[in-house]
Amino acid sequence: MSGVEGYMYPNEVTLYWSVLIVLYPYITGLVAGAFILASLERVFNVAAVKPTYRLALLTALSFLIVAPLPLVLHLGHPFRSPEMYFTPHSTSAMAMFGYVYLWYLMAVLTFEIWLDYRLDIVRLSQKSRGLMRVIYKIMTLGSSNISERSLHIDERIGWVITLVGIPSAFLLHGYVGFIFGSIKANPWWSSPLMPVVFIFSAMVSGIACVMVLYMAITKLRGKTIDMKCVDTIAMYLFYTFIIDFSLEMLDLIHRIYEADESFRSLDFMVHTKLFFSQIVVQIILGTLVPLILLAVTQVTSLPEIARKRIYSIAGALTLIGIFAMRWNVVIGGQLFSKSFLGYTTYKMSLVTKEGLLVSIALILLPLGILWVLVKLLPPWTDEPASEGVAAD
Amino acid sequence: MSIFKDARHLFRFVGIFVLMFIVFLIVRHFIVPKSFGEYGHYRGAAMGEIAAHPIHFAGHQACETCHVDVQDVKKNGKHAHVNCEACHGPLAKHAEDPASVTPTKPDTATLCVRCHAASVARPKNFPQVQAEEHSTGLPCETCHQPHSPAMTAGGAK
Repeated sequence: MSGVEGYMYPNEVTLYWSVLIVLYPYITGLVAGAFILASLERVFNVAAVKPTYRLALLTALSFLIVAPLPLVLHLGHPFRSPEMYFTPHSTSAMAMFGYVYLWYLMAVLTFEIWLDYRLDIVRLSQKSRGLMRVIYKIMTLGSSNISERSLHIDERIGWVITLVGIPSAFLLHGYVGFIFGSIKANPWWSSPLMPVVFIFSAMVSGIACVMVLYMAITKLRGKTIDMKCVDTIAMYLFYTFIIDFSLEMLDLIHRIYEADESFRSLDFMVHTKLFFSQIVVQIILGTLVPLILLAVTQVTSLPEIARKRIYSIAGALTLIGIFAMRWNVVIGGQLFSKSFLGYTTYKMSLVTKEGLLVSIALILLPLGILWVLVKLLPPWTDEPASEGVAAD
Repeated sequence: MSIFKDARHLFRFVGIFVLMFIVFLIVRHFIVPKSFGEYGHYRGAAMGEIAAHPIHFAGHQACETCHVDVQDVKKNGKHAHVNCEACHGPLAKHAEDPASVTPTKPDTATLCVRCHAASVARPKNFPQVQAEEHSTGLPCETCHQPHSPAMTAGGAK
């Protein structure tokens, strides 16, 4: 049989979880990571990252809106998806994830963004014209109270929401890791470290994503990149990446030392079918190279232009590396037989419902949503939202 | 009182949540079938609906009341515990009205290999053949009696 080596059980020959299921943890990871970066400024008072605070929140919201789409596309029958909310089964991890998702979307992100932008929304509702005025009026919920006391209340409540948001972000992405880690029949997935590794890799990808987006958008806007901000983000990216890499290596060493009955089969797979995506892309290009690049910026004092280039390359490689990590987890876990005697092949289609083009569209869609959100709620500290309209 | 006045917008936001939750409960009330959860995590009324489906299988006891000769051959052979309708298909209509509903005789060339085609997934002591080499397309009943398939039983009767 083409693409099959050794002995596969009949139900293992075709992969059921396609590239869309790779996108799902990747996108939710970006959400969780972007939010954690935003919380640095709000809860941990890291003032240097303030220029990215709002952008991080909007990025998290854009990706969160798209997060369930890969699952809906993969499963089909979108009209059945509300059933998960109407009749959830308590033993279904996915059903519980639905509630975690709604909680995070509505009670954490939307609420925090609304509280943070309320002053701008009220001012914009007074200054803008036409349809935009109506939209901003609706967003004020009919309250134009921007007294000092009301803004102080917003600030306090916003702080509490961010505080609640940190464990919620951990829960959101820890859940994704939990779903894989709790599949005890699959030795590639079944590991209690899986949720922890997923959370830290999420933080790495989210921080890298916001850093790259901030630099790219600022350049497109023709403004000056706040290097103190980017340096601080890069520092946090470096530290988080070290923890993430250590955890992944811990998992690897544990597997090698434990060497259970699945080890020879998985080891063979890593050296053959997964060699390019895991060793070359994930570990060398997506982890070691950005870690070395970021380490160089931490121990030397490079000129600004060099740091910008290094951060851009390291950020982009990190995003590719984390995508490869999701790919290796999801696809890798389906390439070997439970008999440990055979391997199958995943061939991604191009234009089908679960093909390459749909995946590219799903990755670009959050950027489109972010563009709309940035237009609606400008996140720039160098050009406050309400002033932007006043100048018009 | 001024704290309530300055926090009124928050109550509005929370109000939207409460409103959405109420809408959710109302929609849920109408969408989820009344019998859902009656016996388990499924629609209780489905049990009655499934039970009301027409019966397609007669069961081997029904077959044996008329086909005593086949039962006599089958009971001592390797297929003693294979249900009649496992090979002949559902025949409740035939059992109800044997005169007008006559079942089609299965084609043993395709039927037997469903269980007896060689496969590494099958237990080693289970009889398996490479059909192309074993019978070159001939129906199995040329040599085996399907109701008692050992070679000593002879061909089809």
